[in-house]
Amino acid sequence: MAIWLNKDSKVIVQGMTGATGMKHTKLMLGDGTNVVGGVNPRKAGQTVDFDGTEVPVFGTVKEAIEQTGANVSVIFVPEKFTKDAVVEAIDAEIPLAVVITEGIAVHDTAAFWAYAGAKGNKTRIIGPNCPGIITPGQSNVGIIPGDITKPGRIGLVSKSGTLTYQMMYELRDIGFSTAVGIGGDPIIGTTHIDALAAFQDDPETDLIVMIGEIGGDAEERAAAFIKDNVTKPVVGYVAGFTAPEGKTMGHAGAIVSGSSGTAQAKKEALEAAGVKVGKTPTETAKLAREILNG
Amino acid sequence: MDLFEYQARDLFAKHDVPVLAGEVIDTPEAAREITERLGGKSVVKAQVKVGGRGKAGGVKLAATPDEAVARATDILGMDIKGHTVHKVMIAETAPEIVEEYYVSFLLDRANRTFLSIASVEGGMEIEEVAATRPEAVAKTPIDAIEGVTEEKAREIVEAAKFPAEVADQVVNVLVKLWDTFIKEDALLVEVNPLAKVASGDVIALDGKVSLDDNAEFRHPDFEELHDKAAANPLEAAAKEKGLNYVKLDGEVGIIGNGAGLVMSTLDVVAYAGEAHGNVKPANFLDIGGGASAQVMANGLEIILGDPDVRSVFVNVFGGITACDEVANGIVQALKLLEDRGEKVEKPLVVRLDGNNAELGRKILTDANHPLVQRVDTMDGAADKAAELAHAAK
Repeated sequence: MAIWLNKDSKVIVQGMTGATGMKHTKLMLGDGTNVVGGVNPRKAGQTVDFDGTEVPVFGTVKEAIEQTGANVSVIFVPEKFTKDAVVEAIDAEIPLAVVITEGIAVHDTAAFWAYAGAKGNKTRIIGPNCPGIITPGQSNVGIIPGDITKPGRIGLVSKSGTLTYQMMYELRDIGFSTAVGIGGDPIIGTTHIDALAAFQDDPETDLIVMIGEIGGDAEERAAAFIKDNVTKPVVGYVAGFTAPEGKTMGHAGAIVSGSSGTAQAKKEALEAAGVKVGKTPTETAKLAREILNG
Repeated sequence: MDLFEYQARDLFAKHDVPVLAGEVIDTPEAAREITERLGGKSVVKAQVKVGGRGKAGGVKLAATPDEAVARATDILGMDIKGHTVHKVMIAETAPEIVEEYYVSFLLDRANRTFLSIASVEGGMEIEEVAATRPEAVAKTPIDAIEGVTEEKAREIVEAAKFPAEVADQVVNVLVKLWDTFIKEDALLVEVNPLAKVASGDVIALDGKVSLDDNAEFRHPDFEELHDKAAANPLEAAAKEKGLNYVKLDGEVGIIGNGAGLVMSTLDVVAYAGEAHGNVKPANFLDIGGGASAQVMANGLEIILGDPDVRSVFVNVFGGITACDEVANGIVQALKLLEDRGEKVEKPLVVRLDGNNAELGRKILTDANHPLVQRVDTMDGAADKAAELAHAAK
């Protein structure tokens, strides 16, 4: 079953004809993703050939949905235009919009998030500045390498792309139901809590791995949610124990401000909620393995 | 990017938030002419990005132009909590202050929107007021689309219980301050104190502004606001090469791909260091997903140029970019550096995992570079890098 994405998902790519869009559309198709169209108003009516798969380009998201029945959009447009692209996806009421673009101004994210709310939250937004979502063996939307793991019974939610890949790879023998990269920006659409709730309800997920990092209090809130709502085992990892105060560590949201947003506080909150937290990614994978192997 | 007070003052003035006149200088003599223009007296204010400068002696009144020069001489070069004063603002002296308030707008990460904080008990750190007298602090969520209209500003003024005689003026300040927040792509605009002076006017006497670096694409003027004097030279060099680098105070140079993996690498090295003389990571450096030879060479050049670095840990997970490409990148990068005349003398520990890991490792083994050691697990490689750094100390 997996969460939010499966073999029946019909995917369109906003920004497909750009260099990044082209590269990753090809890879997504290679992973079996059902990419049914691209969106670019200046190239509407054309088709793009990806190793023999002809993918049509539509002028708008709305038109692409009408023509193809698409229910997922992945957004690769440059940061200057991302807000408009997401607003267009929301207006077209596509159920899932995955925003890969990094470097988006936080006022733009706040604006499209507020807009989604004003329009009744008909579109789930994942990202921005995230690697996307993969349901191994079924569909891969974004830039997660499709061949480093296999289908299985672990659900993964992470702020970090490469730590997602690291964990998928370490636990490749067990495999994953769905892995979601939610991104490391100060404001993001889908949160740890959203993914935890969905994995809790997914009969094909037996264990959840949750990866967090410094900045904000999303992990603390996730810990409170786990305590009250999650009965499946959760294993956690938090990055950034050695990050100095006041310095942004790569991700725009990864910053310790004064005494808030520290890795230590997040780890303690998760442990207090019964989550086993690994000291390193490898140890975290080991904890997950131990729980699943009883 | 956090701004200096004078930069915040200039932005406030640009958006019609009422402020006092003030100009920034970096030589004492310049204080004379400005003070003369301000009517013969001024306040000399140290420009540092840290609180508590008043207590540290960084804010002084000058009753004459000569005195302004003398005070500027005292303050320039002063150390305030580890921050050297390179600039002072020569400001108009404030009229007699009757009351001090606090207003700010900021990003509310938890609620994914913006927040207004207001209090009639300004003049001290708002965190302190919030901790001791939470009822004196009014927090009002702001809708990112609707923003702060006059109506919203009145709601804030009422929530914070501003006195009726200043209500209209504070509403005006809030609307203008919101303008600053939105139009400058700020993460924080704070006025503290917002002062009511003897004449009854309400004026922003001091302020903090933090801007969103990601919004630089629509603010070419942000470039001038960067504090180049304070930047670590290695950080400045890395920025010039487009690298995401933060200098830290340890001995193990770190290169990795992806912000989360690099943060994690720092932690794992610090744990490993506990067994090796407490060596610590020397930096954060994320070379991104692609990890081409060119980018790898640029990254290595920065790290090897850091005199604190005793060993280097290259930690790459091959995802879309497979490990064989990354391994070729490392080998080419070392050659590039040697061709540039750089002496590569520090040991490198390389851990490659992920796509085509076996192929990548074989490339490193075959290249047989005398300084490169392969360790195939992240924890093991961190331990080896820490051990080498300790041995070279």
